[in-house]
Amino acid sequence: MSQFLQYTLQGLAAGGFYALAALGLAVIFGVLGVVNFSHGACYMLGAMASALLLKNLHLGFWPALVIVPVLMFVFGVVIERLFVQWLLKLDPLYNFLLTFGLTLFTVDLMKRLYGVSSQPYEVPAGLRGRLSLGSVDLSTYQLFAAGFSLLVCAAVWLVLTKTRVGMIVRASTEDAERSRALGINVARWVTPVFGFGIALAGLSGVLAAPYRAIDADMGSNFVIILFAIVVIGGLGSILGAVVAGFLVGLVEAYGQGYYGQISQVLIFVLMALVVLVRPSGLFGREESA
Amino acid sequence: MKRTQTLAVVATAVTGSLVLAACGGGGPASAGGKISDGKVVIGLLNDQSGVYKDLSGPNSKVAIQMAIDDYKAKYGSKAVAKDIEIVSADHQNKPDIANTKAQEMYDRDKADIILDVPTSSAALAVATQAKAKKKLFIDIGAGTTALTGKSCNKYTFHWAYDTYMLASGNGAATVQSGGKKWSIVYPDYAFGQDMTKSYSAAVERAGGTVQQKIATPFPNDNYATFITKAAASKPDVIGIMAAGGDLVNFIKQFNQSGIASTTKLAVGLMFITDIHNLGVDQFNGTTFTDAWYWNFDQQNRAWADKFMAKTKVRPSFAHAGNYSAALNYLEAVQAAGTDNSDAVVKQLEGKKINDMFLRNGEVRAADHNVVHDVYQVKVKSKDQVKEEWDLEQVIKTIPASEAYAPPSPDCTM
Repeated sequence: MSQFLQYTLQGLAAGGFYALAALGLAVIFGVLGVVNFSHGACYMLGAMASALLLKNLHLGFWPALVIVPVLMFVFGVVIERLFVQWLLKLDPLYNFLLTFGLTLFTVDLMKRLYGVSSQPYEVPAGLRGRLSLGSVDLSTYQLFAAGFSLLVCAAVWLVLTKTRVGMIVRASTEDAERSRALGINVARWVTPVFGFGIALAGLSGVLAAPYRAIDADMGSNFVIILFAIVVIGGLGSILGAVVAGFLVGLVEAYGQGYYGQISQVLIFVLMALVVLVRPSGLFGREESA
Repeated sequence: MKRTQTLAVVATAVTGSLVLAACGGGGPASAGGKISDGKVVIGLLNDQSGVYKDLSGPNSKVAIQMAIDDYKAKYGSKAVAKDIEIVSADHQNKPDIANTKAQEMYDRDKADIILDVPTSSAALAVATQAKAKKKLFIDIGAGTTALTGKSCNKYTFHWAYDTYMLASGNGAATVQSGGKKWSIVYPDYAFGQDMTKSYSAAVERAGGTVQQKIATPFPNDNYATFITKAAASKPDVIGIMAAGGDLVNFIKQFNQSGIASTTKLAVGLMFITDIHNLGVDQFNGTTFTDAWYWNFDQQNRAWADKFMAKTKVRPSFAHAGNYSAALNYLEAVQAAGTDNSDAVVKQLEGKKINDMFLRNGEVRAADHNVVHDVYQVKVKSKDQVKEEWDLEQVIKTIPASEAYAPPSPDCTM
């Protein structure tokens, strides 16, 4: 029983992290209708940027937690202005291909610049060790990463539901035509939202740095799981991404605990089941299916 | 249709025999002796852009060039091979690419030998080509025992290490020093399965038990639950058989798990580049088998200094192995007076070698496994590290006779 609880706790911790990473993907799809395949590469860039800040400027985890998302926001804005905006009017496939190409380019560029081996990184001083909760325990860092992810998810949700900006963004997501007719400048929000989504990917990269191998390829497998999460949650649904993030975290943990090598397959079995019953995902709108 | 085919076969056979006659019966190919095409061509086929780039990759070309320089310096005008060229290619760790590149090297580039070839599946593909073309292949980078087992052939040699040796060294030594109960975590693909089989056998031979063998997906970046599961049977040692990025993922997460302070970690395959990149404090006294260590003695260090002057990094065992294989190949050409494959093989078979890389080494004639003393090493703690790359402490030298399996009955040349 205590082992089951331990798996559950680990699943929830992983889930919080997945939720944050999937959130950026969901926001970008929700507002721009862009399936951002480069999300995994941006996650990698976030982790690489943290490692480089440490190596070259001796800036550790805490400064990186602030600096990297800002850098990634700027990166996102530049990409949106330079490329993404021109393809928005066309079939979504064009932007999908663009972000796919961007991924190949970024990954190979990083390999060329920094090699293929993992970059060193440390767990920040205040977050080493473990916390016990009765019969189960978790590393302090994992607990922090999950809690921090949840806070960010909650903050994003609050901004979207309780503020005027959030209302405009949601209205543009729901019905861009009608929002425009009501005098809302939808286009004005497209660039910052894209930048924000990329910043979230970068932020999850920073959170991954002390816990995972930092190398150019780290995003390539990760992005596949993220896509499974947003499909399960419903493309573009914020709540869906968060709930599905936790669900996938749990499925993965139970899978690892009880079914070993097929733990990743189980994630896609879950996706297949959800799509079979609800083609638009758990929280997706029917028309987006 | 059938007739055309027959004609083609006959034509090929006739042309082939004419070419052979021309080679065999031709006059002196060059002033230096019977060297095909007037020069010796060494092909380096390895990973130049992926996960194994740092541990071997382009720097192995530097190592091979060092062997060529040393050979020329030693024999001067008496050298049989006067003109020696290196051609290199990236096989991207894919067997199909390795296969094509090996054909190109042997046929188009006129390579007399191919060296390195990490990734077992790629190495086996090249061994098949070597056999078909009757040209030499010395593998350094791959771990599979099949190269000297059921896939062995007259023209293929395995120089530095294999999965049996990795397991028997560290596995047995760890059991002897008190680590009796094991859990093994392995990625579920050929290398991981092979390593697990070898490690379990080595642990059990030494009197230990493997309580759990836990298969994981490959690649995988979240090991938290696997680690909990591995710790459930309260093992003395957890053995991890993953490599590259997966190994780093595992080590980071193992260090943050509750068992890192009470359970030893044994790593199946690790290179000095892995330790250098992650930093010693991530390893906490982890042990593994190393085929060679640059700072083991003065002889190794002197070579490593020369290597570092050219590359800015310390050599891994793969770099040193490439040097040793290239130099011994050239020595064999020198002794044979020709680069003819059969003559060179004859020189190499059964040869006892003591050089910078091989200690108490022997090129076993029965299976072409090049056996030598290997080392059980421990990653140094931070306060033991005196210079940038001085990261390993040799705990025990494992004699060649114990480190390697006896020749496999599956191998028929």
